[in-house]
Amino acid sequence: MITKAPRIVTSRVGLDDSFTLERYLATGGYEALRKALSMSPADVAAEVNKASLLGRGGAGFPAGRKWSMLRQAPVRYLVVNGDESEPATFKDHILIERDPHQIIEGTAIAAYATGAAQAFIYCRGEFALGLERLQQACNEAYEHGALGADILGTGYGLDIVIHPGAGAYICGEETALLESLEGKRGFPRIKPPFFPAAVGLYGEPTVVNNVETVSNLPWIISNGADAFTALGEGSSSGTRLFALSGRVEHPGWFEIEMSKTTFRDLIYDPSLGGGIVGNGQLRAFIPGGVSAPWFGPEQLDLGLNQDAVGQAGSMLGSGSVVVMDSDSCPVRAAWRITQFFHRESCGQCTPCREGSGWIEKIMYRIEQGLGRDKDIDLVLDACDNISPGLSWPPKQTTICVLGPSIPSAVVSVAKMFRDEMLLHVKEGGCPFPADSVRRG
Amino acid sequence: MADLLQAPAGITVTINGRTVEAQKGELIIAVAERAGVFIPRFCYHPRMKSVGMCRMCLVEVSGPRGPSLQPACYVEVSEGQEIVTDSDAARKAQEGVIEYLLLNHPLDCPVCDKGGECPLQDQSMAYGPGESRFDEEKRHWAKPIEIGPLVLLDRERCIQCARCTRFAEEVAGEAFIDFAERGDRIEVAIFPGDPFDSYFAGNTIQICPVGALTATPYRFKSRPWDLEQVETTCTTCAVGCRIVAQSSAGSLVRHLGVDSEPVNQGWLCDRGRFGFEAVQAPGRLTQPLVRGENELVQTTWHEALSRVADAVTSALQGTGAEAVGVIGGSRLANEDAYAWVRLAKGVIGTDNFDAQLGDGLPASLVASLSRATIEETVAASTVIVLAGDLREDLPILHLRLRQAAANDGLRIIDCSPVASALSKVATWRPYRPGEAVELARSLVATETGDGVVVVLGRPSLGEPAAEIAAAAAVFASAWPQARFLPALRRANVHGAIDLGCAPGLLPGRVALEDGRAWFEEMWGKVPAVAGLDTAGMLEAAASGQLSTLVLLGADPLSDFPDRNLAKRALEHVDFVVAVDTVLNASSMLADVVLPAAGFAERAGTTTNIEGRVSRLAAKVVPPGVSRADWVIAAELAERLGADLGFESLDGIWSEIERVAPAYSGCTLEALAAPSAGDGIVVPLKSAPVGLSRRPRRLDPIATPGIESVEEQGAPLAAGAAMAPGGEPEATLVDEDDEAAAGDAVNGEDATLGRVTAANSATRRTVAPPGLLRFDPKDWPPLAAVPSQAGGTWRVVVRRSLYDHGTLVQSARSLGPLARPQELRLSPAELDRLGALAGDEVRVSSARGELVLAVAPDAAVPNGVGLLQFNAAPIYETSASALITHDAAFLEVSVEKVS
Repeated sequence: MITKAPRIVTSRVGLDDSFTLERYLATGGYEALRKALSMSPADVAAEVNKASLLGRGGAGFPAGRKWSMLRQAPVRYLVVNGDESEPATFKDHILIERDPHQIIEGTAIAAYATGAAQAFIYCRGEFALGLERLQQACNEAYEHGALGADILGTGYGLDIVIHPGAGAYICGEETALLESLEGKRGFPRIKPPFFPAAVGLYGEPTVVNNVETVSNLPWIISNGADAFTALGEGSSSGTRLFALSGRVEHPGWFEIEMSKTTFRDLIYDPSLGGGIVGNGQLRAFIPGGVSAPWFGPEQLDLGLNQDAVGQAGSMLGSGSVVVMDSDSCPVRAAWRITQFFHRESCGQCTPCREGSGWIEKIMYRIEQGLGRDKDIDLVLDACDNISPGLSWPPKQTTICVLGPSIPSAVVSVAKMFRDEMLLHVKEGGCPFPADSVRRG
Repeated sequence: MADLLQAPAGITVTINGRTVEAQKGELIIAVAERAGVFIPRFCYHPRMKSVGMCRMCLVEVSGPRGPSLQPACYVEVSEGQEIVTDSDAARKAQEGVIEYLLLNHPLDCPVCDKGGECPLQDQSMAYGPGESRFDEEKRHWAKPIEIGPLVLLDRERCIQCARCTRFAEEVAGEAFIDFAERGDRIEVAIFPGDPFDSYFAGNTIQICPVGALTATPYRFKSRPWDLEQVETTCTTCAVGCRIVAQSSAGSLVRHLGVDSEPVNQGWLCDRGRFGFEAVQAPGRLTQPLVRGENELVQTTWHEALSRVADAVTSALQGTGAEAVGVIGGSRLANEDAYAWVRLAKGVIGTDNFDAQLGDGLPASLVASLSRATIEETVAASTVIVLAGDLREDLPILHLRLRQAAANDGLRIIDCSPVASALSKVATWRPYRPGEAVELARSLVATETGDGVVVVLGRPSLGEPAAEIAAAAAVFASAWPQARFLPALRRANVHGAIDLGCAPGLLPGRVALEDGRAWFEEMWGKVPAVAGLDTAGMLEAAASGQLSTLVLLGADPLSDFPDRNLAKRALEHVDFVVAVDTVLNASSMLADVVLPAAGFAERAGTTTNIEGRVSRLAAKVVPPGVSRADWVIAAELAERLGADLGFESLDGIWSEIERVAPAYSGCTLEALAAPSAGDGIVVPLKSAPVGLSRRPRRLDPIATPGIESVEEQGAPLAAGAAMAPGGEPEATLVDEDDEAAAGDAVNGEDATLGRVTAANSATRRTVAPPGLLRFDPKDWPPLAAVPSQAGGTWRVVVRRSLYDHGTLVQSARSLGPLARPQELRLSPAELDRLGALAGDEVRVSSARGELVLAVAPDAAVPNGVGLLQFNAAPIYETSASALITHDAAFLEVSVEKVS
């Protein structure tokens, strides 16, 4: 069902000057911050908690609860994660480039609510334009008095530092991000301690929130938690920004009310994905980024609801939906995904460091028609040594979740398209069209 | 913090179904090990922080959500935890990790130094799947690459365990290596153009669990199954690190650090690790030499010893015993030193004996100060360091202090005219050379002194030792409870001092007059008057009052701070006999040269900075007809008509234990006890034996290369705390043994060696003398130090680890690492001189002048300069050409040479 839900985080995105301070102020910008600063930090946090704002970075942990776990300490930090680097994921990219002030305002509200002494926005280094706009917005916010020692005349002070990443996907993992922010290698930290809320940046309690998560905050403060929970269902409140790509007529970003809308709506509705390219057949789709297990046509009617998707054996994850049609080679898709993880493994844990490369090699030779029948079991066993049991939610032999992300695509293709894999072996090559990725 | 203050709570866990007691905060891997359950591992090292990277130690641990695989090296035990190390899930994970590790490993074991002692090899056999399912091309790298002068890196063999990088950063504080790139392209790398120039680099080779890091000196030298080994103590400096010396085909090929809790904790400096090359230097003396027409010619022991005996006899018949002097003794083992002291003081009757070469501290100061151990020092509330750069002088002491400061918050006050390597983790309190006493006074005025330990050495050879002694007296009189850790650097200098290789001292930290009666009874003779130190002997020789000089492993021309005086002395003295392992600048001028056995060629004991006595072991045969120093002393005594009665090292040790009060109770039995593997600190605090413990570690992965060699048929001998049986040993001597050891102190156990008439306990009529006591009044400050003249620099002269001394230059791999001499000045003053780095300057003192390159150094304050002692090439550029040994400081003028 397509609802008439308001666009919460993308209300300005279509406008040419959406990223400017003028436009932001003209559309109610920084009023939510003013309102938040007139409330007590605890009240702001309570409002966000009540709104059931699920983290939009991938794990979907409620932001309000995350804040409440912060250890008491004289110094706390807020870090906003804008290191969006997964293939086919581009929702934060849109927000950073098109509405940077909204991120600054959301960050300031989050910092006020959590008592952070200092906030950092860690932005993917390859977002050249986004970084420029984010930094400009930050500078403008200082000039406008929305940041600095005395914000909007309330006496509350906050500094935000925009920090560019250096090209590593792993720095989107929150503990690797903190290491990177501290000037070290982007190695995820070993757990325990499990949460930066206990030991975070420079050892101090730290909240790490996603760009989209904080972008929701101005609207929640302005309109109230009740208005937010009126959207969506259950714990999945509000709207979510989806990045739709692959074999659909209208790939792009869509802000959709949670739960009410289904995958079928997202992919086929003329106002959204517009259906499969050339009226083709959907073969499979990835519901939440390349680390998520795949779904087939039978899951199309699932609502975009975190719990429902979880129960069905996958996740909404990073909000990217990739569609494969009958021309798409699922083996090639899975191989490309393993290639990505191979390149992006940080190299700490043996299973991920060595396994990612081996799995990629096996997938490659299957795709090239150089595989053997037993390769399917071999690659699954190699995956099993990274994620024992190959179950969902995954177990892991590694420090962070990049490791168990590797098997998702491989296991999906082996489970859903074993015959197609064996066909590669039998025919000594890929039976699908050479490259069905739409260019341009 | 609150839970840190509580007493550790007892926890019960089960490991593989067995109930095990543990303490809160302990790691699963350590608890399992104590319970005798070995969990495979690569990256875990008990002396470094866990990183959980290799994932080899995954075990199944029960939790609120059922059992899950957890890294045992990282997860702490908790009450009621059920740990299974060999479940199907754990075994599959371990097999998986081994298979993954071997995917890109070259499996070139047949040509790898580590093959045969390799944790990857061993654990692949024990925990691996047995075969590989990988049939693609492996990752390739150029190899090996030289990342430092002594370390080669083979990136194909590397398993990315981060032991080396963690060691460099965490333990050594010298992060010259780190990971570069990521994923399976990750590699250990140096920074471009910045080699792994750390004195501690060799440790990374020792702890590497594969053959990725290999030592240039050991590469392709041996296979583990061809090695023999003994546990012994390193004597390249005075810290006394426990090591294993390994040999192949009669040659030393490798030293590995032993994890001795109170001393080196497994680590070594590279000088200690590779210094064994000096033992096998091509220039080793193999025959006695005597001066012929002009040059030294080979002769027999008979001829050489006769000449020496004749020279001593004629000196005795002429001026008397005071005309004979002995310089040196630090190179010797305790038994050797005692033999020479008994020869010099008890037979010849001269007290002119000094193990130091004017480059240390007064022996009676060192012997009388209240002593701290290294463990007590790193646990002190404040450590005051008044010494040279410890990284250059006593590297492992530096390492222990640096680690304690950087990781455990130890407060260090580094008192030094020029910042040292330790200053980075300490409060640096600079003082002007010559003004250490003022600094000491200001410290005692501002510090409470509670729990203070003073590390006391010689900050600069340009300042006299008396100044440092006076500063020590300021500390000791203001803080009577303060303890001192002497930082004299040379080999067994502390054992030599303890056993009387010093003027005014008799064996066992006894003053000459206090011990006269006792030693007269023991020896039959004691010097009539107190003798001279090295400076005194050299002055007496230069003025013709000293006719016969014995250089006992000493090279005054190179090592005495005032070369001018040393040169005059050697020119004027009638007869010089040198006892040494190689020829040096001074012994080349000798009349007789006697070849001595070197390190690992003779057994015995040695005493370190703490007073810790540990055992030395012989592994290889001395070259030619060279002999142990004690044998030479005994032979000479015989030619002088005295029978010292020495027949064995054990016999000498029994005599030392009987006659030297500070060593009383430190019996052979106590030293040989398995639990005394870390040595015994003298004087014993409680009778009869206060033994340190050394539990056997069930961790062959921490130091690959010791246990594996042992298992392949070369059990550790002599002084070994690790028995070949493989069973953990008792860690304490039981009461009966202690009683037996106590009896032996007074008994006449004939098995301990021949009891000579002179030292038979039954004839004792005098009580043993008391130990030397510290009296601040003995160490008054020098006359007021004159203020600094304008346009001059006070120069600090320090040792460097790789110098042009005999040891380093005899070691093939270390010799080239000695840095050239240069005058280091503050960058601002270099500007003022109009000089650039590398420009030549003329440095003039009251004694002489040198033309040297100049270099900027931010660690040097204005008005101060820094020179290395013994820098290359000696005769042109040694700082000893500038020093007057009794001046209050070394003052120089500097001008640019146009």
